[in-house]
Amino acid sequence: MKKRSITIRLKLFSSARELAGFDERLLEVPSNSPSDAVINYLTRQNPQFERWRPSLRIAVNLQYVDSQHPLQDGDEVAVLPPVSGG
Amino acid sequence: MNDISASPIDVLAVVDSVKSPAVGAIDVFIGTTRNHSKGREVTSLEYEAYVPMALKNMTEIADTARQLWNLHEVSIVHRIGKVAIGEPSIVIAVSSSHRDEAFRACRFLIDQLKLRVPIWKREYFADGTFEWSLQTHEQFAATEKP
Repeated sequence: MKKRSITIRLKLFSSARELAGFDERLLEVPSNSPSDAVINYLTRQNPQFERWRPSLRIAVNLQYVDSQHPLQDGDEVAVLPPVSGG
Repeated sequence: MNDISASPIDVLAVVDSVKSPAVGAIDVFIGTTRNHSKGREVTSLEYEAYVPMALKNMTEIADTARQLWNLHEVSIVHRIGKVAIGEPSIVIAVSSSHRDEAFRACRFLIDQLKLRVPIWKREYFADGTFEWSLQTHEQFAATEKP
């Protein structure tokens, strides 16, 4: 039988972590969800995330992906605010 | 040798890591923590990294630099955690047979790191406030993503 939902590990950093109030969480999402489903989830928790959406980048399994990248069971999905290393 | 370090960076060790008898030039970039930002006094800084992805990205930009220029060795070490003013927050060392390639590659590496490697800087100000540095989310939204 086809699996209807998948479990991903959501990781948040820097300002996104502080706005959400947590750094890591297991999330159940429908299978074939696009990567930006995690931003939708965060926006439901805190509407402020909607304003941040254009600047947030998403990485799946340590690789930057676009907002429509299909998520798979067991993916590590990171929400990354604008970087400022150096 | 790429690394993310919670303790002070040993600059000479990074330089040593790119030395070899075939090398004619070593170029080193040292980014240090500044005591001012946008006209405000900064008293200390803190860096946070998504460590496994940052290390992977550092390896990728180093590999890209090796493809673009004829390099011997590349080392990138970034500091995380609290960093006092005036300390190195990043050290990049590049070695090549001739200086031009080392200069160009070093510049490329720090520019790429600032664009894509998932590391964040927070500045603590003299007035007791703090904020995550550089672009605001609104400013970033107006620029093209790398």
